[in-house]
Amino acid sequence: MERIATADPGQVVLEVKGLVAEFPTRHGPFRAVDGVSFDLRAGETLCVVGESGSGKSVTARSILQIVDTPGRIVAGEVLLHRHRTARGTGAEETIDLARLEPRGKAIRAIRGRDIAMIFQEPMSSLSPVHTIGNQIAEVIRLHETVSKKEARARSIELLRQVEIPRPESAVDRYTFEFSGGMRQRAMIAMSLACNPSVLIADEPTTALDVTTQAEILDLIKRLQESHGMAVMLITHDMGVVAETADSIVVMRHGKLVERGSVEDIFYAPQHDYTKMLLQAVLDLDRPSERRLARRAVQAIGGPVVEIRGLVKEFDLRHGFMRRKGHVLKALDDIDLTLHEGENLGVVGESGSGKTTLGRCLLRVHDPSRGEMLYRASGGAVADVATASGNGLERIRRDIRMIFQDPFASLNPRMNVAQIIGEPLLVNGVASGAALRSRVAQLLDVVGLPAAAMERYPHAFSGGQRQRIGIARAIALEPRVIVADEATSALDVSLRTQVLDLLLELQERLGLSFIFISHDISVIRYFCDRVAVMFRGKVVEIGETEEVCTNPQHGYTKALLSAVPHPDPRHRGMLGRHRYEAGA
Amino acid sequence: MASVLDPRLHTDTEIASQWRLMWWSFRRHTLAMVGLVIVLLLYLIGIFAEFVAPFDPQSASAKHVYHPPQMIHFIDSTDDGWRIKPWVQAYTLERDKFTLQTTFKPDEGKRIYLSFFGKGTPYKLLGLIPAERRLLVPDEPNERFFLFGADRLGRDMLSRTVFGTRVSMSIGLVGVTLSLLLGVLLGGISGYYGGAVDMVIQRVVEFVLSLPTIPIWLALTASLPASWPPLTRYFAITLILSLVGWTELARVVRGRFLALRSEDFVVAARLDGCSEKRVIFRHMLPSLMSHVIASVTLAIPVMILAETSLSFLGLGLLPPTISWGVLLKEAQNIRSIAQAPWLFVPGAFVLVAVLALNFLGDGLRDAADPYAQERG
Amino acid sequence: MLLTYIIKRILWTIPFLFAVSIVAFALIQAPPGDYLTTFAATLAQSGDMVDQERLEALRTRYGLDQPFIVQYWKWISGVLVGDFGISFEWQQPVSNLIWERMALSLCLAVSTLLFTWAVAFPIGIYSAVRKYSIGDYLITTLGFLGLAMPNFLLALVLMYIGVVYFGADVGGLFSPEYQTAPWSWPKFVDLLKHIWIPVVILGTSSSAALIRIMRANLLDELNKPYVTTARAKGLSEFRLLLKYPVRLALNPFVSTIGWAFPQLISGAVITAFVLSLPTAGPLLLQALLAQDMYLAGAFILLLCTLTVVGMLVSDILLALLDPRIRYR
Repeated sequence: MERIATADPGQVVLEVKGLVAEFPTRHGPFRAVDGVSFDLRAGETLCVVGESGSGKSVTARSILQIVDTPGRIVAGEVLLHRHRTARGTGAEETIDLARLEPRGKAIRAIRGRDIAMIFQEPMSSLSPVHTIGNQIAEVIRLHETVSKKEARARSIELLRQVEIPRPESAVDRYTFEFSGGMRQRAMIAMSLACNPSVLIADEPTTALDVTTQAEILDLIKRLQESHGMAVMLITHDMGVVAETADSIVVMRHGKLVERGSVEDIFYAPQHDYTKMLLQAVLDLDRPSERRLARRAVQAIGGPVVEIRGLVKEFDLRHGFMRRKGHVLKALDDIDLTLHEGENLGVVGESGSGKTTLGRCLLRVHDPSRGEMLYRASGGAVADVATASGNGLERIRRDIRMIFQDPFASLNPRMNVAQIIGEPLLVNGVASGAALRSRVAQLLDVVGLPAAAMERYPHAFSGGQRQRIGIARAIALEPRVIVADEATSALDVSLRTQVLDLLLELQERLGLSFIFISHDISVIRYFCDRVAVMFRGKVVEIGETEEVCTNPQHGYTKALLSAVPHPDPRHRGMLGRHRYEAGA
Repeated sequence: MASVLDPRLHTDTEIASQWRLMWWSFRRHTLAMVGLVIVLLLYLIGIFAEFVAPFDPQSASAKHVYHPPQMIHFIDSTDDGWRIKPWVQAYTLERDKFTLQTTFKPDEGKRIYLSFFGKGTPYKLLGLIPAERRLLVPDEPNERFFLFGADRLGRDMLSRTVFGTRVSMSIGLVGVTLSLLLGVLLGGISGYYGGAVDMVIQRVVEFVLSLPTIPIWLALTASLPASWPPLTRYFAITLILSLVGWTELARVVRGRFLALRSEDFVVAARLDGCSEKRVIFRHMLPSLMSHVIASVTLAIPVMILAETSLSFLGLGLLPPTISWGVLLKEAQNIRSIAQAPWLFVPGAFVLVAVLALNFLGDGLRDAADPYAQERG
Repeated sequence: MLLTYIIKRILWTIPFLFAVSIVAFALIQAPPGDYLTTFAATLAQSGDMVDQERLEALRTRYGLDQPFIVQYWKWISGVLVGDFGISFEWQQPVSNLIWERMALSLCLAVSTLLFTWAVAFPIGIYSAVRKYSIGDYLITTLGFLGLAMPNFLLALVLMYIGVVYFGADVGGLFSPEYQTAPWSWPKFVDLLKHIWIPVVILGTSSSAALIRIMRANLLDELNKPYVTTARAKGLSEFRLLLKYPVRLALNPFVSTIGWAFPQLISGAVITAFVLSLPTAGPLLLQALLAQDMYLAGAFILLLCTLTVVGMLVSDILLALLDPRIRYR
């Protein structure tokens, strides 16, 4: 690429002043962005951080005036200092993007050329019916007069830049033929097509696994350095912020809460909300003190669940004579033991088989081979893998599950009393008035008022719903709880609350947990031991602290080094460990 | 967190059940509400056909062949002043001396007075309850009036259309019920068992959907013996219509069933210890119901149109059974509609009924999942 | 990939066609008694001598004294070489009667489909892009009316209007002088002059349905993230609309061949009857009423075959249009 942008680093190229964006609703206009101001400097990364609904995404889209209808900018300026970029003519040239006609030529000439944008979900953000090459070449030909052939050659070159293997053939492929990480790379290639001076990345790694996230962030960083771009990175993850930011804007409810350099925000936060956000992340980055204290008083007991040689195969063969597809080994010879009063973490990326493991233990899926021995409180041992009828019912009373998605796991057509009461009712534990008082008591345990009983799930927030799910899980006084990504759908500030609730319940009810998560910090907080899963196998198992600080297996090392640390002084991603599976 | 459960902020929505939420979201849909009212009205007319119709729909009158429609007036102003009394202008039959063509001319001097809820010819409501009061009758028992005109045998089109409403609207309902039974059964089996059973049923559904319905219906109805009594024929035709109609419902049921089966809350119910029966009836069916009701509503107009088409061609219901299609068969001939355009009236009823059912169905479909918006 | 898909899809059609032929044959066998009984009765009625020997010969020829499966075999093996049996009403081989009418039916169906697309495509896009504008409401209302109006009623109303207000008969596909004339250029022009009326009548309801589908799909697609991406590239709204959401909303358009074709052919039967068109419909109806079973069977088989082939064409076009389908 001959024309690499070479703006002076540190120059302000984009200035947002008092930006206000509104969405009309039935109850009057809703201010999604309320008076936000910040600067973007060439060669620097600005992170905009906030929890869901903070207006960070609308802010980003307002810059290019591509807010989803009916949203619109009502006030403020978005100044692009073009003369300070490589594209500038030298003459004083400052354009207020907020004043341009949203469908007009002027702003269209800026979109994709001066300012490019990448989005969260690369699958749905790219057209499924056009080839990658077609979509990249389109940007080039839109802003520059080049031949089709040249545009194609440049597309291939761009794909090579973002490290997509075999770019000559990749250029003719469709998005669904790529993995998530590759799609996001293609998206980045597309955004770089015209050497923009500003790159806006809206949660670019949220949909990706942590190792892929590290690679993508890494790529953006390197491209930023070589192109001298200003990057605006929108994220909810303080770890990502610490790893990438030069300066930070914290947003909440559409308002700018605090802004400053990365050091200022992380080491001297002024606003309570920023402090709270940081605290929530920092809390999670170490073992729960409550758990450690408890273990000192009450030692972990003997085995409750012993999984031996567990195999689960999914038959994906189809077509005539089942000649297409293959048999997927989701679980490959798993051995695990859960002790009484212990929290066993299972960590892995998507497709590692961790969810299948949890579901096999409850016989949502029937395992293909192996045994899962459950030791009941009386000492009797039963094999969950072969149990059926009454035996399975009894086991399912003792082993319960908490689901990931608090929206999907509660029947929207039943009220809270019915949802929590269902296991009590069908198992004949209680009915009528006794049932109601038991439900009220359970609600109290999980920190919800008894008045919640009559309400339907839609009346509750995500965190509250998860509490309802927990109340349902503990209703039958179980001994083991399988929590499958129980905190992943929650904002970070709510995670510790829910985890603390689970720890409290553990003390009160003597529970043992199998805690499945992709998030190593949550595991570190909550779990005594951790099993690392990779492609259906447990590659490493041990005390959580031991595994986290001194990983043995190559994959564990790669996984841990890819986790962004919420400490800007210990940026670890560039020197991180990479693991190439021998498959 | 406490703020959300603040008692002062409690709205009705928080404790509203599925049906109430659906009703609220349905109520906002003006066209659907209009559709609902019209559909209810049509079914009421169908149920109380004997009461609504002023005359026996089969009673012919040579004097009134192609009698034109009369306008109903409610205020009777005479030389003595005025009063509220419904009446229609009487017509007399005139024969042109040369061409011998007959025409109806309004008889300025003569008014036929009518009464609401007066006594008419006795009848049995729904063929069971003997009664003689009718919605609107002439004061003079021997007089006749024709708000929708008369057909080629001088039969009252209003009465015939009202009875046609009973048959046509009910055929939609009965046909859809049969379709639903078949569709839910096969769709449910298909979705529940999956695998080879699913494969076979899906192929059958695809096959039936790829057939042109009307030629098949025609061939099937053509093979019904013409000697069958009206009621047997009615059910045979309904059965034939639903043989094709079940496929769409089966697809809806199967699709929903499959989607629901893997929903977390259904898995949760199974883990709660619910029996297979309870999982289906307590946890899955309520989610399924609203969608099925919407699909059923949208299937009724299809049935009505099909019956009308078949009867129109003379292969569906046959006289003396009266349905909108049978009535429209009278309008097949270009000469008769040129002379008596009011023979189109049953067509207007078809149009209104189908529109109303479509509006209603659309409204129901939009309201079927009141939880859809907030998840996204 | 694409070729394999197409070959597989074509192979799939064979069992469908087989099933279609069984259904058609079962339908013509459904009425009580075999057709020779009816045939003999008709002959006797018209005073003709019933030639018992000839009847016997026919009985053996079509295997009427044999079980269903044998009769089917005799029938279908004839059909495969173009022998559809004889029509007892017309006293001539079925194949003499059907082809011209089938050709006109096909011609009518294809013209209607093209008309439907030409109408529904721009209107559907307009309706979605200008959601809740006056034009959109107008289109939606007309669309509902079009859906609710049975074809034959529309045909009747148009005929009424034609006769009463213009004094013209709108029925038929040809002017009287061309009705029996051999095919020629003027006859074709004459056909074009007449065919638009049934095309409009038949096309109304499927256009209305297609507009609704196009609108709903496009509205869905317009909110997809890839539209935002395209906008962020700097594409103009119009080019963006045509290249991305419209392209994706096209799928249901192409699949109309699959579902609208059976409906068009169905609807054409009645409309053709009302407008007395020389297409398959009226003759099929006549054959059914007269229990002229081989003639009816031939029409049913061919009409069903047409729709199955329509499905095939639509599936192949879909695979051409959407890479996700051919890679599955």
